[in-house]
Amino acid sequence: MLQTILNLLVQGVLIGGLYALFALGLSLSLGVMRFVNIAHGDFIVLGSYVLMAVASALGWSPFVVGLLLIPAAFAVGYLLQRFLLQRTVGKGILPVLLVTFGLSIIIQNGLLETFGPDTRKLSGGAIEIAAFHLGLVDIGLYPLAVFLVAIASIGGLEYLLYRTSVGARIRAVADDPAAADLIGLTSANVYAIAMGIVGVSIMVSACCMSVWTNFDPAIGPSRLLAAFEAVVLGGLGSLWGTLVGGIVIGVAQNLGSQIDASWQILAQHLVFLVALVFRPRGLLSKG
Amino acid sequence: MNVMDTARGRIGLAVARALLAASLLAAIAGPWLFGANQQTVLTEFFTLLTLAMMWNLLAGYADIITVGQQGFVGVGAYAFFGLTALAHLDAFLAVPLAAIIATLVAIPTMAVVFRLRTAYLAVGTWVAAEVMMLIAGKLPGFGGGSGTSLPIPIVKQFGSSVLGRVEVFYLLSLALAVMAVGSTWILLRSRIGLGLTAMRDNEEAAGSAGVDLILTRVICFLFTAPFLGLAGVLVTLEKLRVAPSASFSITDWTIYVIFIVVIGGIGSLEGPFIGAVVFFLLREYLAGFGTWYLIILGTISILVILIEPRGIWGVCRKWGIPDLIPVSHFRRARSAVIRPLAFADKVPARAERRSHSRRSAL
Amino acid sequence: MSFAPLLEVRNLNVFYDHFQAVRDVDLTVGAGEIVSIIGANGAGKSSFLKALVRQAGHSTGSATFEGGNLWQYSTRGIVNLGVALVPEGRKLFPSLTVQENLSIGWEIGRKGDIALDTVYEWFPVLYERRRQHARDLSGGQQQMVALGRALLANPKLLLCDEISLGLAPRVVGELYAIIPVIRDRGVGVILVEQDIARSLAVADRFYCFLEGEVSLSGKPGEIDRESIMQHYFGT
Repeated sequence: MLQTILNLLVQGVLIGGLYALFALGLSLSLGVMRFVNIAHGDFIVLGSYVLMAVASALGWSPFVVGLLLIPAAFAVGYLLQRFLLQRTVGKGILPVLLVTFGLSIIIQNGLLETFGPDTRKLSGGAIEIAAFHLGLVDIGLYPLAVFLVAIASIGGLEYLLYRTSVGARIRAVADDPAAADLIGLTSANVYAIAMGIVGVSIMVSACCMSVWTNFDPAIGPSRLLAAFEAVVLGGLGSLWGTLVGGIVIGVAQNLGSQIDASWQILAQHLVFLVALVFRPRGLLSKG
Repeated sequence: MNVMDTARGRIGLAVARALLAASLLAAIAGPWLFGANQQTVLTEFFTLLTLAMMWNLLAGYADIITVGQQGFVGVGAYAFFGLTALAHLDAFLAVPLAAIIATLVAIPTMAVVFRLRTAYLAVGTWVAAEVMMLIAGKLPGFGGGSGTSLPIPIVKQFGSSVLGRVEVFYLLSLALAVMAVGSTWILLRSRIGLGLTAMRDNEEAAGSAGVDLILTRVICFLFTAPFLGLAGVLVTLEKLRVAPSASFSITDWTIYVIFIVVIGGIGSLEGPFIGAVVFFLLREYLAGFGTWYLIILGTISILVILIEPRGIWGVCRKWGIPDLIPVSHFRRARSAVIRPLAFADKVPARAERRSHSRRSAL
Repeated sequence: MSFAPLLEVRNLNVFYDHFQAVRDVDLTVGAGEIVSIIGANGAGKSSFLKALVRQAGHSTGSATFEGGNLWQYSTRGIVNLGVALVPEGRKLFPSLTVQENLSIGWEIGRKGDIALDTVYEWFPVLYERRRQHARDLSGGQQQMVALGRALLANPKLLLCDEISLGLAPRVVGELYAIIPVIRDRGVGVILVEQDIARSLAVADRFYCFLEGEVSLSGKPGEIDRESIMQHYFGT
């Protein structure tokens, strides 16, 4: 019994890393551009399908392909912001919400049309089944690797934001885009760079997810909700908070699945709502 | 340049209003004018129109963008099923009770979700709707994840023949739509509506002028709940079953609705009408295209938002066409004064203050 | 100290939608010259400055900088040319440190004689507080950062929008002490102020704005106080 619970906790923590990766990009776009990208989860799924197509065409490992696709992912994020989403900046929240909503529908159905509704999964090789024991607990090597990738990503993003000049510009524009424009720091450019970074995080998420679990065109929204909940739980404005939020979600899901399979998602949402009632600013909030 | 300045303009407006009234009369006479198929389509039209009116009230006037109204639709559906099939209440009694239950569910939902603002609130309502759907799928007696059919005896309470029932559902949906439009109109012309206008223009000033911001939002949110619940009842009567994915379908009750309102014109009473008509026409022509239908709908929405965010009726207003259903509080104003909140014009400080969350950045 | 026209503005009109903030304004500034713009609230002074850097509504007219059309460039390009604005209300980035705020000004501007060390010499208190977040500074210190940020862009033309607003006289004195130093390096300065005494004391020439138009211009010593008041208030 104790062993089961411990294993559930550990697995919940490890999958929290994956959710933190989902949440990282969302946190950045929320913090900088102040919008919720409704299509965030769908872009992760899109990334997974692109990864699948390229990897199977080349016959290479998805990890290698994922790495190679990162510049492309940056470009997609950059261009999307520069030429589409920038038009909705400064016009209130409805336009951007509706545009990203429209994108979500287009991506989901476009993927459905192109690849069909079957679930897919990419093969990562031997690492997927490797595991080791730590006392009572089994730790899968792949989940651990993803968790470490999450930590590295958060650390990397923190470094980028707080110790580089690009990061300073991003934070400046996040503080006050009008002031930035006034002194010649063109906010549109900086937003585009930020979205490029979001694109990279989406590609990394897609790479990790597509090997870990099944995916199909319709799971985008559930990724978005999990990412969103992780961000809010962890506290808006806190990057490490997304890790905490992700872990809470992962653990909640695992404990919920003990009751029965359909309690998995319900537990996740309920934990979120309860936390919202008692700690609306999140667990690690700076606000 | 204002249409109302010419005699032709005033006559045109009078004619348009007369046509509107005539259509209403024709609609009431529906069972005698239209065949069964047409009535069924119109039933769906009126149901969607109701949903569109409600989403439009919240998003276009009250600055509450929701992506979760499918939750209350489903609650209404499941409440109706529970009251009739499980509690064996009379069907006609169950209808208003379902609306009340939906409103009761809205209260705790609001208490939790209103801790978020703007875009976060939107996703929060989505989460709430998901929770409602998941719980519905667990309730005993409702058929679990795949749902269950509405028992025939209950259906027959609405009429013993199929045609008879079609007519009853038609009239019910018409009544719902008329009530939805009418009540919304009354609400917007009331003090609440005045408060909404004030909030739109300058939230801080409105607050210090005595407009209770929170109460106004609460009232608007609760106002929509019973209508959404009733729509859920109608949907159940039409489909003759309840199921989590169908009764709480985000596509049917929210996504299509958002498209309707955006394309027709957010922030006006005419917009949802126009949008619903366009939506049904598009569906007729694109019916055979499967997933492409949604892709096209999504693309059109994006184009509308980018090119003319106020939709078709927004274009009409630009040409000086005054509202057919005037909501303005100022008698002398020619065109309706209430601009959609969401599209803050380029008055720098105000627009930024509203669109930026108060929380710190990074 | 040359007085060749650094900036020449002709027939400037600035519109925000249907509201006209600036009406048919002509103005010149020379290199190494301090020009003061005075006027009451809403006279269009701020709109004028913002229009110069293309951050105000819609403008018509011409602005020639060092002989070339200023408005063929974006705001960033204008800053690179050598026009820097100290915005009204300071407009710092609150969550960034003093040093980060200053560095941004340096990175996006022209490179030249003025560097971070120079600004720290002029404003020693900023060096002490360089790692503090800008929002934690006093009003006067924030104004120093805003001024320093603009100076780090090594401008040829410095635009100051109400830098004395809301500050104690002693602090304003510290800020204004730097202005002639800048001028003496050959930089042209436009000082927009509501505080007439302070700005006219340091200006070489001045313009008075009234309801978006130039109501009076000349040299401070040549026009009497009475006349200036009349054109300031429009009596």
